Amino acid sequence: MIEFLGPFLQAAVRSGTPLLFATVGEIYTERSGNINLGIEGLMLIGAVTGFMASLWTGNPIVGAIIGCFSGGAVSMIHAFLTVTLNVNQIVSGLSLVFFGTGVSAVLGAPLVGVIAPSFEEINVWLLSDIPLIGQVFFQHNALVYFSYLFVPISWIVLFKTKIGLYIRSVGENPQTADTVGLNVTRIRYASIFTGGAMMGLAGAYLSLAYTPMWIENMVAGRGWVAIALVIFSMWNPKMAVFGAYLFGGMDALGFALQARGAQISTHLLGMLPYVFTIFLLAISMWRAKKKAVGLSVSMGPSALGKPFSREQKS
Amino acid sequence: MKNNLKKFIISSITGIFLLIPLMQVQAGDMAAPGKPGDIKAAFVLVGPVGDGGWSYMHNEGRKALGKLPYVKKTAFIESVPEGESERVIMEFARKGFNLIFTTSYGYADPTLNVARRFPNAVFQHCSGFLTSENMGNYFGRVHDAMYLAGMAAGAMTESNILGIVAAHPIPEVIRNVNAWALGAQAVNPDVKVHVVWTNSWFDPPREREGAESLVAIGADVLGQDQDSPAVQQVAQRKGLYSTGYNSDMTKFAPKAHLVSAVWDWSPILNSLAKDLHEGTWEPESIWWGLKEGVVGLSPFGKMVPEDVIAKIEAKKQEILDGKFAVFGGEIHDQSGNIVIPTGVTPTDDELLSQYYLVKGIVGSLPGGEVRYH
Repeated sequence: MIEFLGPFLQAAVRSGTPLLFATVGEIYTERSGNINLGIEGLMLIGAVTGFMASLWTGNPIVGAIIGCFSGGAVSMIHAFLTVTLNVNQIVSGLSLVFFGTGVSAVLGAPLVGVIAPSFEEINVWLLSDIPLIGQVFFQHNALVYFSYLFVPISWIVLFKTKIGLYIRSVGENPQTADTVGLNVTRIRYASIFTGGAMMGLAGAYLSLAYTPMWIENMVAGRGWVAIALVIFSMWNPKMAVFGAYLFGGMDALGFALQARGAQISTHLLGMLPYVFTIFLLAISMWRAKKKAVGLSVSMGPSALGKPFSREQKS
Repeated sequence: MKNNLKKFIISSITGIFLLIPLMQVQAGDMAAPGKPGDIKAAFVLVGPVGDGGWSYMHNEGRKALGKLPYVKKTAFIESVPEGESERVIMEFARKGFNLIFTTSYGYADPTLNVARRFPNAVFQHCSGFLTSENMGNYFGRVHDAMYLAGMAAGAMTESNILGIVAAHPIPEVIRNVNAWALGAQAVNPDVKVHVVWTNSWFDPPREREGAESLVAIGADVLGQDQDSPAVQQVAQRKGLYSTGYNSDMTKFAPKAHLVSAVWDWSPILNSLAKDLHEGTWEPESIWWGLKEGVVGLSPFGKMVPEDVIAKIEAKKQEILDGKFAVFGGEIHDQSGNIVIPTGVTPTDDELLSQYYLVKGIVGSLPGGEVRYH
């Protein structure tokens, strides 16, 4: 059994990690009341710039940091358009996808087929020897280990600190937040930057650790999955862990069964993660409805997607 | 207010999706009709030209084609989803391109639809089987090269478990998987070949996970019929061996890469353009192979022993001389039934509709009605 479960659960963590980074990034953005649909584009930007930086400096850690920052930097276009100019957030986010796809293809054209220093798998001393758990959680690359720290920290920041309270209140009711003296614009800018940076890191994970190379469009739709995972996780980083690993796990399960010659349609197996996403979305909404918890829990922050300007009454 | 917002969101999303194909069109491809015999060639590609594999090799072919004196212009659109291809193909036809290459199996019907509406242009569909008055198809006998690559895999395995990551369970890919397995069995009868389908031509992370799942069951040589080198990287990292596909993948896995089955589209593309230029073009199913140089093998990795290379080269010569056919009988399917009897060499049509896995392969094909003619 361990022979089957070990590699399969390990794969769930490995392929769930980029989704996790992107999802938590989007949670930060959306908690402040802003939707950024540009995840796919930002991940591609992070992937290509991270790869370049790693190639030039010879250090994948520098690559990851650069990928992170360029994701954040490019997301500032979205911030400027939506927060300052009050442009429709959906349109701005989608245009960021095309922007990111195009720019990364142009920047990356000379990088196809080039090998850059990448993150190697490191076994954590002692922990990696624990049966099953060791293989599943402690035989990965450094970025996966970083995600183990990063998710709890994200959750604490968002729900247990003053900063998190500011972000959430701006997302729930910017007018009130403004009245009590919070700078809505600045908080939204910061949240969008944080989100963009995490999406950039998710991209860098792909090009520097997961499939260490640059290939055009290598994110292959994972940015869109992250958007669904945000809803599934009900805007909470804790739940995002389950969502991301489940999604990665369903994919890996399909392969694990196929490799053993299971007589199951490959089309059905390929569908699994997406069917699962729909199923989980339905469950989470149903649960919220049944518990009759406030809409803000089930539907996300109340001011999500609405532009804010001081002069305008909403 | 809320309702309006929703409407706006929905309409803006639809609007943007409608704009996608416009954004992808390469600039400067507006062309006025030229002299008779002048050729303006267009390529509709399924992946990005930077994929380092399938679409990359087509783009290399396009560049070489552009160097012919009577080819006045070449253009391409990359990453065209199969469902959206008809509009893209039509766009090229409208703009006066008279030789249009569509390079994915799923573009077959869209290409035919457009070909009917634009009788003055010539359409060439890659990897399918449809023809019409102004539509031909072309492909290469890449399974011959895959067989040879499979021989290398079979010779190098120690666990006698091989694994291949394959894209879609359609005849084109199934043939390659079968040929790879037959090649491996030819040098090593005990070998078992496990196959996983990713249902995607190009998705590096999925390709990696497919490969990882094969490593987990003990495969020590990996093969691929996928467009990215992700499988090669897995072999490199795990200290295993691998054979590549599409282009020479040595650089992605110098320690693991045994050999790749590679494409060179130039012979076909150039000959089609020449025929069209000289007015001798006919709708045909072109299926060239090792002899014409459309498919071949990359250089071997240093770890492949001389005697294995010699054996493979000898087999290659037999194929070139017509003395050996990869799918020459007797061939059994997975459950042991004879699918090709002794002494029979299947016709091209039979090969083009091959929908079974050969004996010794562990894996399955989606069942149900087989709609490949």
